[in-house]
Amino acid sequence: MSGRKPYAITLDVGSSLANHTGSWRDERAVYVDRMPPCNDACPAGENIQAWLYEAEEGGEGYERAWRRLVEDNPFPAIMGRVCYHPCEDACNRGQLDEAVGIHSVERFLGDEAIRQGWQLDAGAEPSGKRVLVVGAGPSGLSAAYHLTRLGHAVTIHEAGPMVGGMMRFGIPRYRLPRDVMEAEVERILALGVELELNRKVTNIAESMRAGGFDAAFLAVGAHIGRRAYVPAGEAERIVDAVSLLEGLEQGEKPLLGRRVAIYGGGNTAMDAARTARRLGARDAVVVYRRTRERMPAHEFEVEEAEEEGVMMRWLQTVKSFEDGRLVLERMELDEDGFPQPTGETEELEADSLVLALGQEADLSLIEDVPGIEVEHGVVQVGSNMMTGHEGVFAGGDMVPAERTVTVGVGHGKKAARHIDAWLRGGAYEHPPRPELATFETLNTWYYSDAPRAEQSQLEAARRTSGFEEVVAGLDEDNALFEARRCLSCGNCFSCDNCYGVCPDNAVIKLGAPGERYEIDLDYCKGCGICVEECPCGAIEMVPEEA
Amino acid sequence: MRFYQVGSHVVGNRLLDPEQRAVQARTDRSNAITCGHRACRGCGEALGARYVLDAAMRASEGKLIAANATGCLEVFSTPFPESSWQLPWIHSLFGNAPAVASGVAAAMRAKGREDVRVIGQGGDGGTVDIGFGCLSGMFERGDDVLYVCYDNEAYMNTGVQRSGATPPAARTANTKPIGKQPGNAFGQGKDVPRIALAHGIPYVATGTVAEPHDLERKVEAAMAMRGPRYIHVFVPCPLGWGSASADTIKLARLVKETGLFPVFEAVDGEIREVSKIRRRTPVEDYLKLQRRYAHLFGEHGHPEIVERLQAIADRNIHEYGLLDGDGEGEAW
Repeated sequence: MSGRKPYAITLDVGSSLANHTGSWRDERAVYVDRMPPCNDACPAGENIQAWLYEAEEGGEGYERAWRRLVEDNPFPAIMGRVCYHPCEDACNRGQLDEAVGIHSVERFLGDEAIRQGWQLDAGAEPSGKRVLVVGAGPSGLSAAYHLTRLGHAVTIHEAGPMVGGMMRFGIPRYRLPRDVMEAEVERILALGVELELNRKVTNIAESMRAGGFDAAFLAVGAHIGRRAYVPAGEAERIVDAVSLLEGLEQGEKPLLGRRVAIYGGGNTAMDAARTARRLGARDAVVVYRRTRERMPAHEFEVEEAEEEGVMMRWLQTVKSFEDGRLVLERMELDEDGFPQPTGETEELEADSLVLALGQEADLSLIEDVPGIEVEHGVVQVGSNMMTGHEGVFAGGDMVPAERTVTVGVGHGKKAARHIDAWLRGGAYEHPPRPELATFETLNTWYYSDAPRAEQSQLEAARRTSGFEEVVAGLDEDNALFEARRCLSCGNCFSCDNCYGVCPDNAVIKLGAPGERYEIDLDYCKGCGICVEECPCGAIEMVPEEA
Repeated sequence: MRFYQVGSHVVGNRLLDPEQRAVQARTDRSNAITCGHRACRGCGEALGARYVLDAAMRASEGKLIAANATGCLEVFSTPFPESSWQLPWIHSLFGNAPAVASGVAAAMRAKGREDVRVIGQGGDGGTVDIGFGCLSGMFERGDDVLYVCYDNEAYMNTGVQRSGATPPAARTANTKPIGKQPGNAFGQGKDVPRIALAHGIPYVATGTVAEPHDLERKVEAAMAMRGPRYIHVFVPCPLGWGSASADTIKLARLVKETGLFPVFEAVDGEIREVSKIRRRTPVEDYLKLQRRYAHLFGEHGHPEIVERLQAIADRNIHEYGLLDGDGEGEAW
């Protein structure tokens, strides 16, 4: 203590800034980025929260949002229409009021990009490596896109006469207009991807050798309709659903008659039934051996089909088909939920029977290739998407996974990363996944109440008379509204709450929105108010080391 | 398109025009009470004082003097010779802050500096009890002072003794949670916002630290007027209430949502606006977060007392018309 100081003064005269209250702290606040549940659930690995954040600004934010989106998935307009959006099932807002209509905003961005003619960015420096992609479906196109952006030269060999794979042959145009699909595929080809149609690969090893390819990605899909033995008269018309949809797409006019029965309970069965209605069938009857609750088709597909007059017969199987009559046997579910025959039958008049019993992959191209393992009709791949044959990767419907467009697109991206690493002599390591941003980590008080913006639907009468798109897109106002319903789970959205609520001014605002904040540890006492009052759970308390 | 994700519920909101964000979102806010003050962890009063004074500094373009009563706010901000104040600030006694503020205002008038504005401030002890006569006099004389009471419902600085603002049933150092009527008695204490209202002064308002937009707007409204004005701010106290330091704002939010603390604004003795309850909450949700009410719950609890507290909340809701609001009416 200095003798020169005035009486009773023990401290330097001055501001309390000299008093570093940070020394009181036993816990500190730390900014985190948690995994939003939508991102966690997305089979294509989209960073949904991040692109919604951009879209929330409207105007120029849409293009930033779209660019952010296509870093992971080059098909926003397609996805927004055909994806079954597991993101929305996981959305935390669902626990508050209703899930954010992620797919509808995605579709808006995709359509906006087509309208505005936004093009994809070229990618990295050319690597000098060549990759063969087999199959121009969603998975193959996705892989081609990502590989091209990673600097590799990609050639696609497609056995059929058209691009799109199951996006074209499995999804009817009333759900996915062809001009939309073609616009998004065209954009990928514009990056310099070489596409050869009507070019069936019969032996992958040979094709690679002949073309001088360094690696291959197989994505031939599963497009062979599974048959079931149904005793039938010679005159009875039986087709499988995939051939029906495929033929229609190639300009055929299938003659199904006025009364059509569809056998199966998946999404393809619904599509076939709805297509039959559009082709003029008065009765389209779905026959399924289990109950509605157990049917694999998505609820909204069943609902839309019912709205269009498709009828359903649960717990029935087809015994035979003769003289325009189907004999159906009633089933009962046993204790384990399996359908068991009861011996009771009834009849249903039908002009044709459509089989929608699932699809199988045509794996002839790998038959003579050593090392590749096939189990239950699908190709086995490692966690890096590589088959047992070095340099040959596979994805989409031909490998074990849920068979959806989005899963296929996700496989394409994942495989591209591994192929890229493999071509460069390394291995791709996925960055560690952050902790999940659960509903409990949010402070939902702060969000404004806002019901979901619904997409309008074509009226039922107009639906069954043609192949016009059933579900309309959101207009800009609604899309912006919907984007702004996002809670930004686990990721800072610059609301300034932490900066405002600190009783010690110990939060430093680093600049404009997006530049985030920093805790001033000289003064943070560790009260935890900022953590409690962060709407989106992007701050956590961490114990100080003793 | 009138929906902005979080509207004005948060301090900032990047989707709003910067002028529509709270003063507390601005990097140029004056931080009237700066870092290094010795308030407890999670202090509601330190926060409330910054919200009020930063808004007042902005409204007066930095020409502001504060007169402070004795109490936590004074003690933790000015352990001699350190000060946290970034504006001219004067402290005299526990009971005379309104009178000192009146004097400062008179001096400014005498010097022809009526552009310099004056704020008097104190805790509930210095306002509701000890400084009450001076406050009433300041109102009655029509002095040009905005007086702000930061109400944490007891004398916290001296060790949590009951004040005229301590709510019924609350435990303090001298209202023990024992006997048939544990904690503070029912039917005592003063409702100073209503008493201020009865003086017929130009402006009276209440607010909480949970709603900075609302509080700042009221400070701005008060600063746009002359004459005696009074704002009563609800500020939770983790130390005195036995609450978690992180729950300070949550408690301020809940006290309004339960109806226990009506948030309103009155001009010339007449209530013009009340903040509607957005999500009605039973009083238990508020009480259970605080150890000063712990004796009301558990095996030897007093559900009949909780009911009486709920009745107070219900009466407020009825009297002030706190319901029927479309809670999202202000979701701009």
